[in-house]
Amino acid sequence: MVIAVAIVRMHNLFAAVMLSGIYSLLMASIFVILDAVDVAFTEAAVGAGISTVLMLGTLSLTTSREKIHVRPSIIPLIVVIATGGMLLYGASGMPEFNNPDAPIHQHVAPRYINVSPVEVGVPNMVTSVLASYRGYDTLGELTVIFTAGVGVMLLLGRRRRVKKDPVASSDNTAKNDPDAPEKNAATPEVST
Amino acid sequence: MAWLGHFNYWIFVFLMMAGFYTVIARGNLIKKIVGLNIFQTSVFLLYITMGKVAGGTAPIVPEGGSEGVVYSNPIPHVLILTAIVVGVATTALGLALIVRINEAYGTIEEDEIQDIEESGDKKERAT
Amino acid sequence: MRHHLVLRVVAKLLIPLIMLFALYVQFHGDYGPGGGFQAGVIFGSAFILYALIFGLENAEKVVPSAYLIALVSAGLLLYAGVGFAAMYLGGNFLDYGVLAGDFIAGQHLGILLVELGVGITVAAVMIVIFFAFAGRGEGDDEEEDDAANDADPVQDLASDSSRKA
Repeated sequence: MVIAVAIVRMHNLFAAVMLSGIYSLLMASIFVILDAVDVAFTEAAVGAGISTVLMLGTLSLTTSREKIHVRPSIIPLIVVIATGGMLLYGASGMPEFNNPDAPIHQHVAPRYINVSPVEVGVPNMVTSVLASYRGYDTLGELTVIFTAGVGVMLLLGRRRRVKKDPVASSDNTAKNDPDAPEKNAATPEVST
Repeated sequence: MAWLGHFNYWIFVFLMMAGFYTVIARGNLIKKIVGLNIFQTSVFLLYITMGKVAGGTAPIVPEGGSEGVVYSNPIPHVLILTAIVVGVATTALGLALIVRINEAYGTIEEDEIQDIEESGDKKERAT
Repeated sequence: MRHHLVLRVVAKLLIPLIMLFALYVQFHGDYGPGGGFQAGVIFGSAFILYALIFGLENAEKVVPSAYLIALVSAGLLLYAGVGFAAMYLGGNFLDYGVLAGDFIAGQHLGILLVELGVGITVAAVMIVIFFAFAGRGEGDDEEEDDAANDADPVQDLASDSSRKA
């Protein structure tokens, strides 16, 4: 929680990105304590690894300090406190922590836990649910990753390097960036 | 109010509001993306804490069979696994968009971009 | 230059270990924590580490872009292909039981192929995204700054993972 407040308050973006990496690592440790080992694995690899690297790459391509606002804004703070209050009021009706009689443990989960070693034969129940019982969802998730990759390729298609690479000339991802002439025309206007 | 039994909800709401505040109150675009990550992680924490059973263990069947072993609920784990991966896809696309915005406008502060947009509109309406 | 020398030597030791650990996580996803996504991300990190330390041109010689794009699609096609193969053999879409003779063996085979497809696509997408970001920089200065700043978080993660393996 302290780290979250520190991220909000910091103006040096590089430090904020590093703190978010530490935040992901702490979250992964909390997940391990809560018996969610697969989730902790993924969160540590993805949050503390890939997210931090990509944010640092973005920082190196843009600026590294945040602008300090002269007048502090009070409306977002009021909105946040009001929403937080309503959420807490709603959460008071939810089941208690660590309670095995909560409704989410009653209907589908006992069937998966009892039947999955027999029906699927795989000891890791998370994998059996992910790949076999809910395999269609995993197909959709893979499509999301694929779309993100295609989107980033379209947005940041590689500029041609000075050294001519015989292998790279055979692929067709935005060799001559069609936005390049427009971009060079746009930036002089902005700088005036 | 049995607030001691609900302390995971308190933490979740605090983290969610911290991320929410970062997204709506800070002008810098990269800060917004970091705030969005905090927001997403708080939701994961909510689901995982709801899935934990007292005295349970990780949902992997041990070697000697599963007699008398209490497991934590595996279904929220599956949902959160998918959600983490979707979150990183969103972050990657958002950061790519920030790089392009920076190249087009020269800045990544929200109010400066809005000023540039408005002055561009006024110029178009004047001509 | 001594700074870069230490990084190069350590990276040459670590990168094969990282790839080995990624393969371990991929194929032991049935028996312990792990599975396709984690393995794909770790495998992608190995290549990203290589690109950070040895430069983007060398990394692109190791994995040409044409192959990367083919790999991105190949994993998704493998997953959908398993589903359609199950339909051809008489079951529903993504019904693994009909893939092999025995129901349990079919489940095992189906899960193995599906996780392999997931791992391939996730690793290729991570590498493609990193190459797109890194290739956008103005010149070699950006990459050297990245190498000095980024090597630490990825390397800490990698050394933790290899210690676990």
